Parts: sequence; C-alpha cells; structure tokens
Amino acid sequence: MQNSGIKTSILQGLTAAWPICLGYIPIGIAFGVLAQKAGLYPIEIMLMSILVYAGSSQFIAVSMLSTGAGAVSIVITTFAVNLRHLLMSSSLAVFMGNTTRKKLSLFAYGVTDESFAVNHTRFSQKIWSLDKALVVNHTANITWVVSSIIGGYGGRFIHAGTFGIDYALTAMFICLLIFQLKGRYYVITAVIAGGAAVILSLIIPGSSYIILASIFAATTVLGIKKWMLR
Amino acid sequence: MDVAIIHQKVIWIILGMGMVTYIPRWFPLVLLSRRNLPKWLVEWLNLIPAAILSALLLPELVTNGLPRHLSLWQPELWVAIPTFIFALKTKSLGGTVVIGMALFWLVQTIM
Repeated sequence: MQNSGIKTSILQGLTAAWPICLGYIPIGIAFGVLAQKAGLYPIEIMLMSILVYAGSSQFIAVSMLSTGAGAVSIVITTFAVNLRHLLMSSSLAVFMGNTTRKKLSLFAYGVTDESFAVNHTRFSQKIWSLDKALVVNHTANITWVVSSIIGGYGGRFIHAGTFGIDYALTAMFICLLIFQLKGRYYVITAVIAGGAAVILSLIIPGSSYIILASIFAATTVLGIKKWMLR
Repeated sequence: MDVAIIHQKVIWIILGMGMVTYIPRWFPLVLLSRRNLPKWLVEWLNLIPAAILSALLLPELVTNGLPRHLSLWQPELWVAIPTFIFALKTKSLGGTVVIGMALFWLVQTIM
C-alpha cells in the first residue's frame, strides 16, 4: 500500500509539474547561453542553477558579472530580487501541518513563483500533500538545472521564439490567477495588485514592485473587509 | 584580472547568492508552520497568491523594455485576452499553456 501511495504522489506531482517544465526549458536554455557568453564555465552555470535556483536573479547576476560588478552588490541585488519568496513561503506555511523541519527545509529549497502558484492552488483545493508538492518542486528544479547546462553548452543552435514557447509561463500565470479568484475579495485584490504593480514597475527600477504591490493590495482588501464587517 | 581569480570570485558570488535566496524561502516555513496563526494573518496570507500572480502578470502584459514603459500594442497583451477566456471556460492549466503558446506563435509569425 505504501508503495502505491508513493506512485500516486509521483504521478500527480508530475502531472502538475509539466506546465512549469515547459516554461523553464526555454528560459533555462536562454540563461545558459547568456551565462556562457559572460564567461562562466558549464560547471559554474550548473552550480548557480542548483544553489540559487531563481531565474530572474540568475539573469541579473550574469549581466552584472559581464559589466564587472562587484560580488557584494551582486549578492545584495539577488537578495532584493528574491525577497518576494518570503511572502510565498509564508502563504504556503499555512498548509504544512505536522511535518519535520528536515522536510520543510527541503521543500523551502524549491519555492519559486511557478511552483508556489501550482502547489498553493492545489493545497487550497485540499487535494495536495507535501510529498506531491516536493515532486513538483524537484521536477521543476531538475528541468531548470538541465536546461541551463544545455544552454551553456550549445544554446546558440536553438532558435528563440520557436512555437511561442516564450509565452508558456505567462499563459500558466493567467490560468493560475483564475484559479485564485475564489470570490469578490480575491478579484478586488488581484485588480489592485495588478494596477499597483504596473504603476510601480514604471516608476521604480528592479523587481521590488512585485512585493510592494502584493502587500499593498492584500492589506487594503483586508482593511476593506474588516471595515465592512464592523 | 587573472582568470583563476575571476572564477574564484564567481564561486563566492554563487555561494552568497544561494544563501540570500534560500533564507527567505526557508524562514517563514519553519517559523509559521506548526503554529496557530491569528485569524487576520491567515486571511491576509490567503489573499497573497492572487495579489502576487496579478502583480507578476500584469506588468508583463502592458509594459516593455528597460527602463520599463507602457506598451499596449504588444502581442503579450492581445494574446492574453483569448487565453484568459479559454482558461476561464476550461479551467485547464495544460490546455491554457498550449493555447497561449499557439496563439502567441501565430501572432508572432503573422506580424
């Protein structure tokens, strides 16, 4: 019985993970190509994809490296770009229940924008377990690491834009957003966050607009909710 | 700079990046799980995914370039509309990804 449980977890995890993988392949390859052009060895590309595992910050780090930026400023920028995961992990923590710190630490490693969205949707539908979420995280992770290594070796030969693959993650986010619109307050939150994000992204450079707009929207809507229920 | 020194620097950067990326992922999970959170915090955290997804998505659709500027005449936005309707009707993640890619590819090929 134990065995078939594991089998189900793996199967359901893989089913949930494939749209993420489809999106990670071209981005991972693109990252590998850029990293190689910036002078990184394939082993370093692999090491970065394994140890950092956060797409946009890896792109930024590589472009900073090629302009000769210092180590400290690259690490600080990475911290700022990836701070949004703090909100995602907080939001996922609600579903963790009784589990070991070891397993939580392993799960934390794989929290990305995409795995967060896929796992959170399923956790809140009460059809998910930590084991299935771990399958999603690690499938996506392996895809990312392998794609970036492929990019590092021979990405020059793969043409960008093939089959609209650049749009895979955007389309995925559209659908995942719809899954999250579970009522009036969620819709209002999304509208405020989206509007604020567009405005902030035009004013402030970098990606801090994501975290700022999200906190602003959730806080505002919670305030409205409390005020209306008074 | 000597090649060996550059690559030593790269390794330190990667280690540093790894550390500052992992901590914000790890800390809330260990701190907040197995703990009874106040009701308002749970409600607030429930709104966060819709907020983050929208905040990630919308600027992608309507802005472009570096520094970012408003760009409403781009395929990202126009393809998003039928993709959104498809997702709303079918609630299929895989289907939406395939349809979105196909439409985006079509638009790029035509334009």
